[in-house]
Amino acid sequence: MSKLHVTTTINGEEVEFLCTPAQTVLDVLRNTLGLTGSKEGCGTGDCGACSITLDGRLVCSCLVLAPEIRGRKVGTIEGMAQGDRLHPLQQKFLEMAALQCGICTPGFLIAARSLLEQNPDPSETEVRYWLAGNLCRCTGYDKIVRAVLETAADMRGAA
Amino acid sequence: MNAIDNKWIGQRTIRPDGADKVTGRAGYSADNAMPGMIWAKILRSPHAHANIRGIDTAKAAALPGVKAVVTARDITEFPVDTPVMLGIQDMRWMSRNVMAREKALFHGHPVAAVAAISEEIAAEACRLIEVEYEVLPHVIEIEDAIRPDAPLLHDFLRHEGKPSNIASTMVNKLGDIEAGFASADVIIERSFKTRPVHQGYIEPQACTVSCTADGKVTIWSSSQGQFMVRAMTALLTGIPQSSIRAIPAEIGGGFGAKTVIYLEPIAVLLSRKSGRPVKMVMSRDEVFRATGPTSGSMSTVKIGAKKDGTIVAAQGTFHIQAGCLPGGPVRGPVGCSFAPYEIANVLSVGYDVVSNRSKVTAYRAPGAPLGAYATETVIDELAETLGIDPLELRLKNSAGKGTKAAYGAVFGDVTFKETIQAIRNHPHYAAPLDRAPAKGVRRGRGVASGFWYNAGGESSAQLNITEDGNVTVTTGHPDVGGSRASIANVAAELLGIDHSRVSVLIGDTSSIGFSNLTGGSRVTFASAMVVTQSAEKVITQLRERAAKIWKIEPEAVAWSDGEARPAGANAGQFPPLTLKELAAKANEMGGPIGAGVQLTTTGADPGFATHVVDVEVDEELGIIRVLRYTAAQDVGRALHPDYVEGQIQGGVVQGIGWALSEEYLYDKQGRLDNASFLDYRMPVCSDVPMIEPVVLELPNPKHPQGVRGAGEAPLVPPLAAISNAVYDALGKRFYSLPMSPPKVMEVLGG
Repeated sequence: MSKLHVTTTINGEEVEFLCTPAQTVLDVLRNTLGLTGSKEGCGTGDCGACSITLDGRLVCSCLVLAPEIRGRKVGTIEGMAQGDRLHPLQQKFLEMAALQCGICTPGFLIAARSLLEQNPDPSETEVRYWLAGNLCRCTGYDKIVRAVLETAADMRGAA
Repeated sequence: MNAIDNKWIGQRTIRPDGADKVTGRAGYSADNAMPGMIWAKILRSPHAHANIRGIDTAKAAALPGVKAVVTARDITEFPVDTPVMLGIQDMRWMSRNVMAREKALFHGHPVAAVAAISEEIAAEACRLIEVEYEVLPHVIEIEDAIRPDAPLLHDFLRHEGKPSNIASTMVNKLGDIEAGFASADVIIERSFKTRPVHQGYIEPQACTVSCTADGKVTIWSSSQGQFMVRAMTALLTGIPQSSIRAIPAEIGGGFGAKTVIYLEPIAVLLSRKSGRPVKMVMSRDEVFRATGPTSGSMSTVKIGAKKDGTIVAAQGTFHIQAGCLPGGPVRGPVGCSFAPYEIANVLSVGYDVVSNRSKVTAYRAPGAPLGAYATETVIDELAETLGIDPLELRLKNSAGKGTKAAYGAVFGDVTFKETIQAIRNHPHYAAPLDRAPAKGVRRGRGVASGFWYNAGGESSAQLNITEDGNVTVTTGHPDVGGSRASIANVAAELLGIDHSRVSVLIGDTSSIGFSNLTGGSRVTFASAMVVTQSAEKVITQLRERAAKIWKIEPEAVAWSDGEARPAGANAGQFPPLTLKELAAKANEMGGPIGAGVQLTTTGADPGFATHVVDVEVDEELGIIRVLRYTAAQDVGRALHPDYVEGQIQGGVVQGIGWALSEEYLYDKQGRLDNASFLDYRMPVCSDVPMIEPVVLELPNPKHPQGVRGAGEAPLVPPLAAISNAVYDALGKRFYSLPMSPPKVMEVLGG
């Protein structure tokens, strides 16, 4: 099968790759481009561990075909920190122990950033429903929800 | 040690592995690649039960791009009549689980594997393998598997002299059970059923391995024990352990399930045949279908008590699913169910029952939640019958110092009472509850307790002082929930230096001494012990170096706040020597500074937990929601409180899933019907409230920091606590799990 040539923007940088029409964005990120921060927990869009943003919208990268990102803007966990400066959510997750094994953490961070961009002052219920597409089996979600709420409060204070 | 004296132990420091995990850099099982790597896939049985008459791999091997094919013939054969134990695992069964030998025993059982230059070609080659099956009748449920006319999985299993699906029986006995019940004023006997639930780790099993021409093997995979990976791979491939280096990748959740392997030996054999590194990654479908969930169960519990609430006899019969091969967690329900209580007469019997399901593996406090579900529900009924508060009834009968448990232990300073008192005194227990907040909505409150043995065992650590006077600590334990953070706190505390100067790593099998599994709530207990001893040795060396420099006796040198200081009136007057100064002079004053300790740790004390929960039942939809949850547990000492709380919060939410929504469902052909996160419903963020942990710290006197263990006990009480709360809401009891909407509607008669 001949491969397709795709040019796209990932974390602000122009990237090109070859893929088959059937490959997912997650597959290309992980196995072609070496961006393994997005995780495959299910491959069916049920766990959120592969969450990315596509033109600013939160999606599961396992549900998007690689050729579809041609000419679009992709945001992954690898682009969340600015140099050695962590995003406030990343810093808060560390400080409040909002991770245990950490495999779901990239997905939660991308999803939470997307929430705070749309709603800088979410209620606990809004956080819980926004993050309902991300599975975590270690934490019981408690410290994750608290970290997102505290980050939101900090960011509002700083704004 | 108490909190006031501690600078680092008990502090909420930032975990050593944190930055990598929030930036996506941490290397998990599936994140590795090796130069020249190829991909492997597994062909799985399409039948729940079938004899394998023959396997023809010729067409698959001839497909362009295919580099190697393996079947059970390539794997070490362990005859069924000779046990080969590795810890609690028997390699006779492990071998047959990794690859079907005589028989395919469940839908999804591996039959062959192919390595090829791409995953697609490997998958296509699997489809070209011709397997001749003789399909046999299958059996899935316990009640069917123990019938006299049930299809038998194994002709070598015997129960009471007859061929059977009951693989073994375990009995714990204390006193005279007949006399005990004869003396009771009230006896309650109930039967319960639970379905298997999966551990639900988000990271599927995966590995990358390389076997070179000289027979040296490197394995990169996540597990709950790199030494287990090495030992099992060695046994199943015939390669000596000294030729295998197992590197522990970051682990994306295990909860007991990653104490065994599925892929590594197959990948090693494919790598050896092909001469190429091989990568294998399970899909979620394969994880659900073919890696162990924990057991479903069928239990009967009978408890007799005096009018004043004194429990005089307790009897339990526990049928536990093993899956397709022997080895279910029978010890959990048999030993743990009655252990929290001082009961003179106990008979606890467990049966290990095989059926055509994937082989079960451990899940947090293996088997104990099943037993506690039954026992703690009967105790709730007993309390109601006797008109005694359920916590008071538990307090009255709680085990204490000197209590002999039916499983054999005589307890030391156990702290069950304190967990009950913590819940009784918590505002949650006394808080008003609006029992009927709206039409068709009812609320209730329930409590339950739980017990887990906890464990010691083999652990190794190496603590080195770097040339610039900082510290590296290496242990042999994969970190599933923040153990590195706890160890960093301990090392900084003992050496009296800033936390940021300690780096904690997990060694591979060639760089650190043998360390047993991360499991059973043992790792923080055991690794803190070996790290403490290593630090004490290093401090002795540091005092000797200072003594040498000052030309005084080592006994006249004290170590405090990260410095050597002259101690006592006769030691002389010298300015303190810091760790950095001593490290700088290390080579001229006697050589590198560091110490390792390898130990079989002992002194683990049991863990107890008591929980209270409020639920709300929607009578129209059959949905049960948890509104409030408070969980008290004695952990001995919380070296890092965040990760202790995290263990409790996470365990409770797993319990909520077990109680309300998770179950394995099979179709008539014996195929798992819900092998996805969509259809196998684990709790999501919007399903649960905040979980309030009440962390009690009553130090274990047999541990240097007082640690008991934290990870297992939180999953023991929730099933019964939630079930008791639902009864409190509805006035109707459930005797099977999960309490899913269809079942709620059935019980409500809707």
